[in-house]
Amino acid sequence: MPGARGTRLAAIVLAFATALTLTACGARTGEEAGGSAAEVDTSGDTIKVGLLNSLSGTMAISEVTVRDALLLAIDEINAAGGVLGKQIEPISEDGASDWPTFAEKSEKLIRQDQVAAVFGCWTSASRKAVLPVFERAGSLLFYPVQYEGMEQSPNIFYTGATTNQQIIPALDYLREEEGVESLYLVGSDYVFPRTANRIITAYAEEHGIEIAGEDYAPLGSTEFATIANKVESSGADAVFNTLNGDSNVSFFREYAASGLTAESMPVMSVSIAEEEVRSIGAETLEGQLTSWNYYQTTEGATNEDFVAAYQARYGEDRPTSDPMEAAYTSVYLWAAMVEEAGSFEVEDVRAAADGITFEAPEGTVTVDGETQHIHKTARIGRISADGLIDEVWNSGEPVAPDPFLTNYPWAEGLSAEQPDGDGTEGHATDGEGTDGSSGEDAP
Amino acid sequence: MTDSSTSKSPTAPARWARWRTPLGYALGALVLFGLAPLVLSDFRLGQLARYLCVAIVAVGISLAWGRGGMLVLGQGLFFGLGGYAMAMHMKLADAGAGQLPDFMLLYGSTDELPWWWQPFSSPVVALAAVLVLPMGLAALIGWSVFRRRVRGAYFAILSQALAAAFAILLIGQQATTGGTNGLTNFQGFFGFSLHDPVNRRTVYFLIAATLLLLMLATRQLFHSRYGELLVAVRDSEERVRFLGYDPALVKLVAYVLSAGMAGVAGALFVPAVGIISPALIGIVPSIQFVIGAAIGGRASVAGAALGAVAVAWAQTTLSEEFPSAWTYFQGGLFVVVVAFLPGGLASLWHLAAARRRQRTEVVTAA
Repeated sequence: MPGARGTRLAAIVLAFATALTLTACGARTGEEAGGSAAEVDTSGDTIKVGLLNSLSGTMAISEVTVRDALLLAIDEINAAGGVLGKQIEPISEDGASDWPTFAEKSEKLIRQDQVAAVFGCWTSASRKAVLPVFERAGSLLFYPVQYEGMEQSPNIFYTGATTNQQIIPALDYLREEEGVESLYLVGSDYVFPRTANRIITAYAEEHGIEIAGEDYAPLGSTEFATIANKVESSGADAVFNTLNGDSNVSFFREYAASGLTAESMPVMSVSIAEEEVRSIGAETLEGQLTSWNYYQTTEGATNEDFVAAYQARYGEDRPTSDPMEAAYTSVYLWAAMVEEAGSFEVEDVRAAADGITFEAPEGTVTVDGETQHIHKTARIGRISADGLIDEVWNSGEPVAPDPFLTNYPWAEGLSAEQPDGDGTEGHATDGEGTDGSSGEDAP
Repeated sequence: MTDSSTSKSPTAPARWARWRTPLGYALGALVLFGLAPLVLSDFRLGQLARYLCVAIVAVGISLAWGRGGMLVLGQGLFFGLGGYAMAMHMKLADAGAGQLPDFMLLYGSTDELPWWWQPFSSPVVALAAVLVLPMGLAALIGWSVFRRRVRGAYFAILSQALAAAFAILLIGQQATTGGTNGLTNFQGFFGFSLHDPVNRRTVYFLIAATLLLLMLATRQLFHSRYGELLVAVRDSEERVRFLGYDPALVKLVAYVLSAGMAGVAGALFVPAVGIISPALIGIVPSIQFVIGAAIGGRASVAGAALGAVAVAWAQTTLSEEFPSAWTYFQGGLFVVVVAFLPGGLASLWHLAAARRRQRTEVVTAA
């Protein structure tokens, strides 16, 4: 045995090193952990912000457009003089459609680049993966995508719709305008569709709508013959579609093949925006319904300017969509909060957030300081032959965000954890009082 | 750092060779415990901890695949079992006695903890489960598969299918497993706050020590009688059977041990990275475990471990520079290594040594 003596030596060294490290133990849970809050670098003429989007992998097709919209907003703000006299310097990182990578890159942006805020994330899984990083460092994330609600982190501003600004208006529309009495639920198998469908089921129970069926397909699945057959034979009045990405192509093809049309059984989709219409094909989707807060066709001078600026920069054929608009708006909201606070420090920015308004392409939006969501107008649209979406209904005024659906008696019991009635915050994902950065939220 | 005990050349390099392995490990320990914590920021050290977890899986792969000839394409299954066992305990410890983990309150309407979560509130049970679950399942799979003499591509496909099935099962049970989001947002690790950089550093040291210990143990195993038998089974299973051994049993031991190592890696991955989700244990990550080991050199413990760390590190840095090109690069490297260097980069050493010996022989003969 040539290496026996050496092996023993190495084992001794190793045991020693282990013993050494185990003596150096840090704070226990519940104690204040020292030195973990991140600094914001305000030393230079520029202020750094992080852009965290998937530029590779399955989510890249959607997230790259969000990154483009973020860069447009940053350039516009810089051209107008920047924020507090400083130019914004974006640092873009690739989340690579991989959740630990998101956590890793967010940590890099916060610790190494010392950014003032991070804009990005798309899937709920990526947001959940980075959330502890932001809470630990006491940094800010602006999240621009509609999501399943039931969350309220002090370190995240949610500029996309929560469920009462997208799913519930869609259900109201189907029930009141289309007279729908039975629904078929089709979704990709991940957190957003499953949570959305729990809310839809509770709503249906309250309003006497029959749920004719509920089916999930694995993310990226293209096998929809069986599901389309079940949808067809169920005789439901409408389909509520929470499928993601490519699955929609196959689903709508099988849907058409089984003889269904937008007239006989309309499909209400909450994940198909202009960008997706372009890749799925407008002829397949014509006449179907969507629910968002913004369409490229939304009326108003602000939106005309936004669409013109975006297409001048990225090409005439590039559509604008809801998540892009929410991302674009999020940069302006952050800039307004910073100006209001007169500081880049996270605590000051959060304190200044309540009531900040912005004339966004989607209309006036207002930040709700308590939930850190924003007031948004709900809009139902119908997909037209030219690939755009025409608005057929809107809520008339911005809808106040209600991430935990506390104003809907039928939603009681959907989530066991809800904010207390007396206005104190109920952190969706906080360990009880173990998080130093959120301690000041107690009443 | 390669396994050089096979070289029998009685010249000067051989005396040196006797010290090469211990020196290599001492150097490795010095780098991991001395140099890395000194020069790397907390953030980069956290990344290194993640790579080292992958290296632990690769050590197991070098045992099962490199020495045992079983192409384990589904190590994600065992990685996930270990990871989820640890994550479930950490979630319950965060929630406190009698409380539900946060995600269950969000997604489930259940008022009480599912029965299969309950044992994990005990740290002892959770730690035992990290080893028992993957190894027990591997023993069950291996026993039924190897006795029926399933091997080669059929075994590889079977192990991959199991990893995929496990990921789908977890996604479907959102209310009790967190679905695609997985389990995240951990506050403490056995009572120590993960918010404190000192504790995160300790987790890194724990991972580094585990890796080195497992590498040493696996190396010893390679050089034991069992190790020789395992290689014999890999090279000619029938012949070993005729000699009176049971090849199924020999393979089973290697397979179960490699599953145990994957489980340990998964359990350490959770406090280091702070997430475990179905996307980390399905088909793609399972293949990536194998790629690292293959590129480094699957038949050598150090080669597999270094290969895994190098590939994971390259993935981080290259994806920062060339976001879309990385996947092609990884695939290309894999093809080149398999086609031209089946022993991995570790075999370069042997090739170079063999060539040098050849040259000296030519010179002395002339």
